[in-house]
Amino acid sequence: MVKVLYFSWIRERIGHSMETIETDAKKVNDLIQELKTKGDGYNFAFSKPSVICVAIDQELGDMNSDISKANEIAFFPPMTGG
Amino acid sequence: MRVSIQQKPFSLTNELESFTAANTAAGAVVSFTGIVRSEPENPLEYMLIEHYPGMTEKTIIKFMEKAAARWNLKDYLIIHRFGKLNPGENIVLVVTSSKHRRDAFDAADYLMDYLKSRAPFWKKEVSEKGVGWVESKPSDEIALKRWK
Repeated sequence: MVKVLYFSWIRERIGHSMETIETDAKKVNDLIQELKTKGDGYNFAFSKPSVICVAIDQELGDMNSDISKANEIAFFPPMTGG
Repeated sequence: MRVSIQQKPFSLTNELESFTAANTAAGAVVSFTGIVRSEPENPLEYMLIEHYPGMTEKTIIKFMEKAAARWNLKDYLIIHRFGKLNPGENIVLVVTSSKHRRDAFDAADYLMDYLKSRAPFWKKEVSEKGVGWVESKPSDEIALKRWK
């Protein structure tokens, strides 16, 4: 079981900010492919992978990061702090 | 050394006075304040700032540690707000102190560049023309390259 969080317009497109899922995905990209099959909102949210950022257990990662031991994975667009 | 991610407003005067009073060994205190901007051609009604609780604090502490390893700093403070903010309100405050000014200037500049595009905050603007998420700018990535 892994906790998946969504922020900003990714959250809005998916329709919720958090869920717990059962997955065998080894890499971030595998998880995205899996999530995209969950519905139109997911498909829309992940339609442009180049603008998707990911954090694995609150550390920035990328599409090839290993998630087999992750507890928390977050997806969000490029950050706009400051 | 303090990081505060908060919804409530902060007073620039109070923050700077207490920071400076606690930093008598420093000859230089530099501060940067970011405020909610509203441009006359597209007046902003308000801004909504979202963040990733937990990761935000951890990420900012990591930047501070990097800054402390790179420059000769006496102390530093970062306040970043989230939630609903009106035009003119303070969003962010970065304060650094050092013996001489250059370290304090450079460290504050570095911290702001990292806050802009590596701290998990997202801004949404609500104006008469509509609602939209603020997009990151290529210039923010270029700014980070200066510190490599």
